[in-house]
Amino acid sequence: MNGFPWLTVLTLVPLIGGVLVVGMGGQKQLARKLTLGLSLLSLGIALLIWKNFDAASGDLQFSERLDWVKSLGIQYHLGIDGLGLLMLLLTAIVTPLSLMAFWHNHDRSHIFGALVLWLQAGLFGTFTALNFFHWFIFWELGLIPAFFLVKFWGGPNRGPAATQFFVYTMVGSIGLLLAFLALRLATGSFDFIELAAMAKRGEISVKLGDALGWKSLSYSTLALLVFGLAFLGFAVKVPVIPFHTWLPVAYSEAPSPVTMLLTGVMSKMGVYGFLRILLPIFPEQVRLVLTPLLWLAVLTIVLSACAAFAQRDLKRMLAYSSINHLGYCLLAMFAAAGAATMVNQPELQKAAALNGVLLQMFNHGLTASVLFLFVTLLEKRSGGLRGLDDFGGIRKVVPVFTGLMGISLFSSLGLPGLNGFVGEFLVFKGAFPLAPWTTAVATIGLLVTAVFLLTLIQRVFCGPLNEKWAKLPDLTASELWLVIPSTVLMFVVGIYPQLVLGVIDATVVKLVQQLNF
Amino acid sequence: MNWIVQYLWLIPALPLVAAGIIAVSKQPHRKLAASLAIGSMGLGFVLSLMAFLATLGHHGEHGQFREVYNFNWLQFGGQWLQLGWVLDPLTAVMLMMVTFVGSLIFIFSIGYMAHDQNFTRFFCFLSLFAAGMLGVVIANSLLLLFISWELVGLTSYLLIGFWYHKPSAAAAAKKAFITTRIGDMGLLLGMVWLYAQSGTLLFYDGGKGCLENDALVRMVAQTAATGMAVTTAIGLLIFLGAVGKSGQLPLHVWLPDAMEGPTPVSALIHAATMVAAGVFLVARVFPLMEVTLDSLAGNADGLPSTALQVVTWVGALTAFFAATIAVAQNDIKRILAYSTVSQLGYMMMGLGVGGVAIGMFHLITHAFFKALLFLGSASVIHGCHEHQDIRFMGGLKKFMPVTFLTYAIGMLALAGFPLFFSGFWSKDEILHAAHGWSVSHWPFYLGCAGALLTAFYMTRQVALVFFGSYRGGHSHSSHRSGSDLKSADTSAHSKEPHESPAVMTVPLIVLAACAVLLGFLGTPWWPAFQGYLGQHHGSAGGVVPLMVGSTLIVFAGLGLGWWLYAKRQRKTADEPDVLEVVRPDIFALLRNKYFFDEAYEKTVIALHAWFARACDFLDRWVWGGAVMLVSAITVGLSWLYRATDEFVVNLGFDAGCKGIRQGGDGLSKLHTGRVQNYLRVIGVALVVLILFLVWGRKA
Repeated sequence: MNGFPWLTVLTLVPLIGGVLVVGMGGQKQLARKLTLGLSLLSLGIALLIWKNFDAASGDLQFSERLDWVKSLGIQYHLGIDGLGLLMLLLTAIVTPLSLMAFWHNHDRSHIFGALVLWLQAGLFGTFTALNFFHWFIFWELGLIPAFFLVKFWGGPNRGPAATQFFVYTMVGSIGLLLAFLALRLATGSFDFIELAAMAKRGEISVKLGDALGWKSLSYSTLALLVFGLAFLGFAVKVPVIPFHTWLPVAYSEAPSPVTMLLTGVMSKMGVYGFLRILLPIFPEQVRLVLTPLLWLAVLTIVLSACAAFAQRDLKRMLAYSSINHLGYCLLAMFAAAGAATMVNQPELQKAAALNGVLLQMFNHGLTASVLFLFVTLLEKRSGGLRGLDDFGGIRKVVPVFTGLMGISLFSSLGLPGLNGFVGEFLVFKGAFPLAPWTTAVATIGLLVTAVFLLTLIQRVFCGPLNEKWAKLPDLTASELWLVIPSTVLMFVVGIYPQLVLGVIDATVVKLVQQLNF
Repeated sequence: MNWIVQYLWLIPALPLVAAGIIAVSKQPHRKLAASLAIGSMGLGFVLSLMAFLATLGHHGEHGQFREVYNFNWLQFGGQWLQLGWVLDPLTAVMLMMVTFVGSLIFIFSIGYMAHDQNFTRFFCFLSLFAAGMLGVVIANSLLLLFISWELVGLTSYLLIGFWYHKPSAAAAAKKAFITTRIGDMGLLLGMVWLYAQSGTLLFYDGGKGCLENDALVRMVAQTAATGMAVTTAIGLLIFLGAVGKSGQLPLHVWLPDAMEGPTPVSALIHAATMVAAGVFLVARVFPLMEVTLDSLAGNADGLPSTALQVVTWVGALTAFFAATIAVAQNDIKRILAYSTVSQLGYMMMGLGVGGVAIGMFHLITHAFFKALLFLGSASVIHGCHEHQDIRFMGGLKKFMPVTFLTYAIGMLALAGFPLFFSGFWSKDEILHAAHGWSVSHWPFYLGCAGALLTAFYMTRQVALVFFGSYRGGHSHSSHRSGSDLKSADTSAHSKEPHESPAVMTVPLIVLAACAVLLGFLGTPWWPAFQGYLGQHHGSAGGVVPLMVGSTLIVFAGLGLGWWLYAKRQRKTADEPDVLEVVRPDIFALLRNKYFFDEAYEKTVIALHAWFARACDFLDRWVWGGAVMLVSAITVGLSWLYRATDEFVVNLGFDAGCKGIRQGGDGLSKLHTGRVQNYLRVIGVALVVLILFLVWGRKA
């Protein structure tokens, strides 16, 4: 494996594949198959990388480093650790699922396929880049296909939704860009690893102050300001309440296969950014505002769960549920970033919390995209209806659908034996000793999640059958093949979580050391 | 290590596999489903029996047999999180009870569910439940216990909502899951706290477990934020989980509603086993609950720990209040449900005042006689064509002799009829221990009052159901019973009740035998059960007077019930209750269960709904509004720029352009296209140039 630029290849496959596919307007059937084939090829490469990944080491692997624009400190620098690998795998799993969910839609399907592939390329690039310059290009590259996917195939309000999504994220990106230009100016580096090393030595705020110093502005305030700009970029992406209002609109207006990508993978870009970039580069600043950040995470958890309960549209409800699940990631990350002086075995607790974060990212990506897949299948049967009160009692006519969607819903609810539980348990196990009160309050989110998910089951599947749906067809064989592998994966991760944890634990240990200073 | 310890996991795994096979088998195959489920349970019972025998012979270091098997589950921060199972007397007793009662109820279900079209699904869920419950019992790790605990909660949800097309069943299932989940959140927090403090979730791990001395000593010395010992705080959080699962005040509201499920489910899950899991949990973590600084110092006279005091009070209050509610109910299953809540209160109280053995003894005896009563009520409901309202029954003893006899035994055991019934012995022990409790006498009084009420409401029920004359056939369909299951035959309304088939009556007879015989394992003069669970009975002194007292109380309750309900039977179903005539206000309060549901509806649920709407509003109008405002400002600015562009910049530009164009026009006049003109200009220019070159230079 040594020497071969696997990560570059992984990114290039969908990037070039998209160009090929978009030119095949004449042979849509072939284009569709080619798209799926390419996404499966990416999955294959990702699995190959996983196979050759040394899980015992938390170091960056598969590194590639080339000077690009030497005078500006721009290098082409790639590499993955457990975190990056997990995200690559998730992206590679969710993309074919999304393509298959779109399979029977013939509306400009070759363009759809190309956009999805470009989006995938953007995600691969983001999760492998270690230099701000090309990381940022991929970060934005992911956004553009997503915009068009919402804009062309979305629901009735797709125009405003796509624009809001784009502009909102763009504002965050501008903050990010400004922050990194400031860092570049102060330190001369765009490299995440170098910057993190400087941060660990406590040099960042001094350098920022020296380079950009203002008369009355203290060094720490200045560093905090730069941190705030970078925070904005990631907070919009995750999202953190109150920077989340684009999400329910975008998720509900986007066609469900795209929503699968948005929630399954793109929402992880924010959390990934926090872990890879924000926490390692601004550890001091995070600690300065730790308490407000923790409460912001709790606010995200509780408000989004309660808002989900108030929704009458299944997609909006699941969209809020998505915010809620990522809220636990925020809680555990911030808790792990604290100084934790009064805690037994702080490293262990932090490792538990961060393992929980990574696992939760993977689990949420899997479960949420499968849930949106079920909504797609439901919409296909109901002619686009997806209100909480549009159905009723359909368990009688679609028992298999009910059973499988029920499994995903309970996975989302955090039922032990399924994947969701292990991540949440580790999050709470780690976060509780580090930040007891906020974690205790966050359990309200777990409770309310149960309330709205069970309400969903009750309203849609139980009760007397709504005669309108007496002829609703159950899952077909091909649809079964679409959902069963993911469902099996939920059980596997729930029962044998070591499958995932084995890959990430060494990385987490390293990250914990990075955060201790 | 004993081989049975190594293979203890088979006991929960067998029903789990059975459930899996039933779930994925494509064609619903009734015989296969039932035989798989019953076979796995029967085999589980055999294994449990072997496990029990293994615990009898050998003794561990503390005089009690205890062997564990731990294994690695997942790793974080370089450390393994271990799970495991344990075999000790507590496990063995519960294993035997669950597999034995479970097998009988499974067999009974074949008859009861014979006409249900989802027969196989029923057995799938039942097996899944058994797997979860047995997992709770054998777990040697609070985490594994929690995992199984939640699995049990899931199956309870699925089985309560088994007839999901009924909105009431769907609502009851949701209510049960959410109410117990409130408690589970406490359990989760208690668990992670315990994990943080002790560094392990294994109960027993060769001295390193969280229930073993080292960890307890470490934890009891620390204080939490409010000044109480960490062990107390953790114990109370864990107890919250038990409160939810075991239907204790104030989280008892789900259990009576859970009667929406098929009656064998009520017998197995909501009477004999699952609801007892809360009691079992407290018994399992008892070392944590009972530890105080005093007890560690060897000072036996100190006050009981705060956690145990809370357990006692909650149990005593529940025992009394649930019994009062049961007095005024008319649904045969709801009476039993409130009775279950009340008896679970006794068990909690027993744990609080007397320790593991006393609480567990009542748990075991109760499991048998309450399963008996529920199955008996199922037989009654089956015989009365799915009617549950006792006002519409009456005189059933001549139609259903076997059911009547076994039911009477169960009822006497529950009421605590002296000497020959197990309930007497186990309840009496609790009252005896409560009498000697050093904190307060009130639990004892509450327990006595509860005993009186128990005897009374059970007599009322039996009198109304089995004595007098049958009222169901003559009643008019306008007054339908509360919930007729399976929405089946309304035409059968007027048919006479009938005895159930042997597949249903045989389990009743076996359970009835146990309801009598089990009591003799735990009498004060031969406390075999208590000794087995490692608790050496204190002095038997003062037992006899107390026993006489409690006997009098039971007789008072029985006599009162007999006098009010059997001596003068009601003639029609619509007559008001005797007590209702005397005190309609109190009766209404009891019939409406102290308005707990309504109060929750008005407070917690309304608040939550309001808060959810507020969050939605906040999202759409406040946060969303802020975004809209920003975008409106941006758009406004853009319009301003556009206006400036069009009316200031463009106009100025146009004016400039006009000037240039005019200049061009003027210049274009020079372009006449005539060569003569051009030559003329060139000529003149040449002359001027020459003149300039000649003279201009010099000048």
